[in-house]
Amino acid sequence: MSDDLSKPFSKSALTHEELLKINRERKIQIAAFACMIFLTLLAFIAVAMDMIAPGFTIPFILLLAVVQFALQLFYFMHLKDKDHEWPNAFMLTGIVVSTPALIALILLLGVTKY
Amino acid sequence: MATATATNTNKSVLWDWLTTVDHKKLSVLYLIAGALFFLKAGAMAIFMRIQLMSPENTFLSGQTFNEFVTMHGTIMLFLAVTPLIFAFMNFVIPLQIGARDVAFPFVNALGFWIFFFGGLLVSVSWFFGGAPDAGWTAYVPLSGGEYGDLGLDFYVLGLQVSGLGTLVSAINFIVTIINMRAPGMTMMRLPLFCWTSLITSILIVFAFTPLAAGLALLMLDRIFGGQFFNPGSGGNPVLWQHIFWIFGHPEVYILVLPAFGIISEVIPAFSKKRLFGYTAMVFATLIIAFLSFMVWVHHMFTVGIGPITNSVFAIATMAIGVPTGIKIFNWLFTMWGGKLIFNTAMLCASSFVPTFVLGGVTGVMLAMVPVDYLYHDTYFVVAHFHYIVVGGIALGLLAGTFYWYPKMFGHMLNEKLGQLMFWMFYVGFHMTFFIQHILGLIGMPRRVFTYLDGQGMGTMNLVSSIGAFMMGAAMVVLLINVVYSAYTSKRITVRDPWDARTLEWATTTPVPEYNFAQTPQVRSLDPWFYEKVHGDGTMKPAEPMDEIHMPNGSILPFCIGLGLFVWGFGMIMMQMENPLIPEWIVIGAGVIVTFGSMMLHSIHEDHGYHIPLDKIKKTEKEVS
Repeated sequence: MSDDLSKPFSKSALTHEELLKINRERKIQIAAFACMIFLTLLAFIAVAMDMIAPGFTIPFILLLAVVQFALQLFYFMHLKDKDHEWPNAFMLTGIVVSTPALIALILLLGVTKY
Repeated sequence: MATATATNTNKSVLWDWLTTVDHKKLSVLYLIAGALFFLKAGAMAIFMRIQLMSPENTFLSGQTFNEFVTMHGTIMLFLAVTPLIFAFMNFVIPLQIGARDVAFPFVNALGFWIFFFGGLLVSVSWFFGGAPDAGWTAYVPLSGGEYGDLGLDFYVLGLQVSGLGTLVSAINFIVTIINMRAPGMTMMRLPLFCWTSLITSILIVFAFTPLAAGLALLMLDRIFGGQFFNPGSGGNPVLWQHIFWIFGHPEVYILVLPAFGIISEVIPAFSKKRLFGYTAMVFATLIIAFLSFMVWVHHMFTVGIGPITNSVFAIATMAIGVPTGIKIFNWLFTMWGGKLIFNTAMLCASSFVPTFVLGGVTGVMLAMVPVDYLYHDTYFVVAHFHYIVVGGIALGLLAGTFYWYPKMFGHMLNEKLGQLMFWMFYVGFHMTFFIQHILGLIGMPRRVFTYLDGQGMGTMNLVSSIGAFMMGAAMVVLLINVVYSAYTSKRITVRDPWDARTLEWATTTPVPEYNFAQTPQVRSLDPWFYEKVHGDGTMKPAEPMDEIHMPNGSILPFCIGLGLFVWGFGMIMMQMENPLIPEWIVIGAGVIVTFGSMMLHSIHEDHGYHIPLDKIKKTEKEVS
């Protein structure tokens, strides 16, 4: 049985519905990718243009970063899909644990130098 | 290969142990490696106590004392207790969740060998100009390129390598507990030891990554001339303290949570009652794990961060007392009204509770910032954390050893010697460390190699040293017990010598390599107890008897570990005055062995083998 595991398959075992679903998934991935490239472009423009004030740029690109992060997790890393409860739980745990630590470190090391 | 079934029955014993991917054998390897490191670090503690026995003693030089202090802490935390808890996790988790092995048996072996060679790398520092001497915390600038000697390079690279092994094993345990549970074993029916092991593994994933980053920064500073911790070039030495304690505080919980789990298995088993407040225990564990990442600054109160930060972290620290208190009361209520049996395992487990409370109370005392300025860097701190790690973790591990020993080795440990060991250890422990609270309060600083006569510290240090010798003697009794029992104890043939509750006792003794001939159907919390009371005393099978697919052993984990050892050693050689061979050759050899073995594993196809049905039936008949 297991000797055949490494041989290539001549025909896909997927059903028609599954193939349709994969195609749809591919389209979503490309759309998400294009969206993220657009967001990155916006960030570059915001930084490069002199007429946009830094008081606007910094919160703006931070916002873009959060959106990118969510897109990355949910679309590229499939957290939106079914049966991803455990990965979701772990990602959420990581975010919940690391965000306060990061904020504390930025304040302590970046602002008060301790 | 699937067809080669019975060919591997007559390989040599040594080769079998070097190549094994069986979780039960790896658990024994972890146990042996951990015990060896434990004895080594324990011997250092004894030497330090001899040095401190009288004022202005000259038994050890200050430099040797510093090296012993550092290596005692480093070995105990990274190389002794971690593998010992991994030994129990390896052995017990698959059995308790009704699995045939961990999720990735190869990765399991890889984790052990990487840890082992990392530990070896730290240990060989003795032969190359002295061990690390900057304390187990290795604060910069003391551990930086300017002041730290070659020993610190061994510390940095050895811990980097062994940390990889720990991370790899932790990920394996997470996957195992989430994916390999038997039918009916829902998360809320998971035995508490599995729960705490899961949380511990998650903590390892989140805590060892900052440590790896910190060690990488320190390595860049020391070997490649980086300036991360050099304030003269815009670096910041406090950064190291933050990174270290973001790792270091969860590390304490990484070690103590499995001990909590062991206690939560032993106490119900010998109280003949189910664990009181199971759900509360699970959520208390989760809350402790979460809070452990929010309190690291309490190790740095005296750095001068400022009153607001200190207050926030002080309150967060005190909050940990609440879920821990929930656990303490749950253990007490489990024992309350139970049919208590005080054998060695139960003695260790029940005495854990008051001892741990003492450690917890001093923990809350230390969390109060104004008085922490008085306690900081005194023996009060030493007494506090030894109450946690010896009174908590070591007693938990001893309880686990006596509890699971019959399942692991097929015979019990001698009860009389066991109880002798317990009382010597317990009395010795309190003698050693209780008096250190007072020593700290009258002002004896930690990590000093001697003190003057007439400071009023002589008698108390003598008492502390006598206690330490008693603990050492207790460990000798334990070793004698292991050898003595191996020769004299009766072989156990029953499944369940303790009349216990969880699934590991449903397997036959000795446990066959496939654990369960048929995956059991779990119908309740404490499934084995449920079947004994409500069923016919055997687990209901969840599948028909069939061939069992098993993984083949492999020498590659050993090779990868060896490769990382050589690679790390080559990096250290870059710092040596005149190495015998050019360091690039050594680094190159290490890299080639490491990645070559990985490549070999990737291209070599190995689908494991199947144990045929008649062989399973024969084995099952033999053992039952």
